[in-house]
Amino acid sequence: MSGTPPEAQFPYRGDPIPPLRFLEPNGALLEGSVSPLDDEQILSALRLMMFSRAFDQRGISLHRQGRFGTFSPVMGQEASVVGSAFALDPSRDWIVPQYRELPALLHHGLPLENFILYFNGHPAGGTIPDGVRLLPIQISLAAQLPHAVGLAWGLQLQSIDGAVLTYFGDGASSEGDFHEACNLAGVVKAPVVFFLQNNGWAISTPRAKQSGARTLAERAPGYGFDGVVVDGNDLLAVYAVTRTAVDRARQGRGPTLIESQTYRLGAHNTSDDQTRYVAPDVVNTWKEFDPILRVQRYLAARGRWNEDAASNFQSEISGVIDQALIAANSVPPPTGAELFKHTYAELTERQVRQLRAHASSAKLRETA
Amino acid sequence: MALMNMLEAIRDAMGTAMSADNKVMVLGQDVGRLGGIFRATDGLLAKFGEKRVVDMPLAEGVIVGSALGLAISGLKPIAEIQFLGFAEQAFHQIAQQVARMRYRSRGRFAASLVIRAPFGGGGRTPELHSDAIEALFTQAQGLKVIAPSDPHDAKGMLLRAIQDPDPVLFCEPLRGYRLARGEVPSGPYEVDIDKARVVREGKDVTLIAWSAAVNLALQAADILLTEAIEATVVDVRSLLPLDVDTLVAAVQRTGRCVVIHEAPLTAGFGAEIVATVAKEAFYSLEAPIERVTAPDAPYPLSAAEPMFIPSVERVVAAVRQTLEAQ
Repeated sequence: MSGTPPEAQFPYRGDPIPPLRFLEPNGALLEGSVSPLDDEQILSALRLMMFSRAFDQRGISLHRQGRFGTFSPVMGQEASVVGSAFALDPSRDWIVPQYRELPALLHHGLPLENFILYFNGHPAGGTIPDGVRLLPIQISLAAQLPHAVGLAWGLQLQSIDGAVLTYFGDGASSEGDFHEACNLAGVVKAPVVFFLQNNGWAISTPRAKQSGARTLAERAPGYGFDGVVVDGNDLLAVYAVTRTAVDRARQGRGPTLIESQTYRLGAHNTSDDQTRYVAPDVVNTWKEFDPILRVQRYLAARGRWNEDAASNFQSEISGVIDQALIAANSVPPPTGAELFKHTYAELTERQVRQLRAHASSAKLRETA
Repeated sequence: MALMNMLEAIRDAMGTAMSADNKVMVLGQDVGRLGGIFRATDGLLAKFGEKRVVDMPLAEGVIVGSALGLAISGLKPIAEIQFLGFAEQAFHQIAQQVARMRYRSRGRFAASLVIRAPFGGGGRTPELHSDAIEALFTQAQGLKVIAPSDPHDAKGMLLRAIQDPDPVLFCEPLRGYRLARGEVPSGPYEVDIDKARVVREGKDVTLIAWSAAVNLALQAADILLTEAIEATVVDVRSLLPLDVDTLVAAVQRTGRCVVIHEAPLTAGFGAEIVATVAKEAFYSLEAPIERVTAPDAPYPLSAAEPMFIPSVERVVAAVRQTLEAQ
């Protein structure tokens, strides 16, 4: 009795399914594909994508002038964010965001000036108007995922119609909260869509260092539900898979993990320097896959897009951004009371005393 | 009125709240058929069904995090964490997320939920089960951190906590679960969760404690009385927010103060109380404020427990020291 025992046979895992795609980068509809959106809907999505790009550019420029805070541009991920948001019904579905999803928040009903105020550091920026089914922007990565599951589960328990879509990234999918949230969602079959934007980077850490999994979506079956990979730079494909996942959730068929494979064309945020870790030719390659160009090419081939349409859109967008900046800048700076407001339903006795002390020291400073 | 121990009072509170409001639900590990490892939820599954009494996956972070989502959806979750020491696995959800949801959403969403967890020593439990880490949560502004010391308060404070618009961490005395019985009204009633309570009045010294340590203070007060030393005992009940006025007034009446808690000395919640009382009652103080606490060491394995947890003898000795001070 000696020697090495024969190697046990482990189950064979099939190759990952390639990302779902409807549109070629040149804007041609793949053979056999039918657009899930009509031209008017696509124009309206394109408008929002272009709005997002224009806002990113304005924000970066204002940040450089010291007139806007640190924020994370969407650049490159517009199809991923807009396509998924368009699959939701703001009158019954919820978005539980992270922080790089501006156009989805706007589409769902957040006023742009609130977003501007938030990233300018004004407490009023956290306001979400009543009736807008949106949780606050989340800075603690993946911490929003358990909330999304709980919210979806709560809708289900109370037989309230609607689904919950939560955004996060490839980096956040390494957090324990991601795994705990998926695990619970699988158990209770919560009507939730985990929308993972794999943009290739967690600040400077590449996707390959984030997980040994071949795709991030293939973790889903381990939690008892389906995972799907979609070309995140293809508006139509993103819309189609998200729409299916949302419909399934509303029908009581449980959660879905969507891995939207996209690419962050800019820096992580306005304080980051991506030239330290991204080779310029990589970015140039991805510029060929620009999600906005792809939609414009598709519409142009259908005679629905030209230079005039583009410049009309641009000037209209510019005007809307100007107005929102004016509105945000006209909000008075925060007062001392803002420090304590909304900590509890009512101020505690200690807070009342601290606020009084703050007010009198402010008065002293004024008279000094 | 019925005679109940702490556990029975807590169970009665949850049953009462769930009968009155079908939005109230209980979630946690083993809270269903087992009725909780301490039986705090015993009988609730049979009465209210598995949609309202939910056995959760073994993951504290998502127990608390999903409770926040459930609360936003309109339900009233009571999340059970088996031991407060395990709540560190959910610390970010409690301190960053639950505590700040109202603030971060500018009042749009309230995390109106209760997290229940037993804490403290004396149960001869394995490692990490006895950690008295309540002070860790008192920096989580937006959260309420409360700790009842007897069955009457336990039921009334839990009922109040369930109704509270803000999130409440409800710390239960593990050692006190079955320690003593007390009169508990049947049906609903509420006890303030933001007010300290003077349990006993005495002119010579003020003992300040919460949870299981209140019983220690009362025992010490009995012993001291045989030496004609009269002690006031204050049950803090709420660490966050802190009822400063009741504590300060009690110390001003006696001029001497001993603070007792089960957590280690350094940065235990006693530090906050001592600093506050020392400032607010400074001109009434006749002696330095004493603290009777666990030593600055991790909670030990159970054979070493008796040396670690504050004892009646140490409380009595601390009182004598404050009385001897000139």
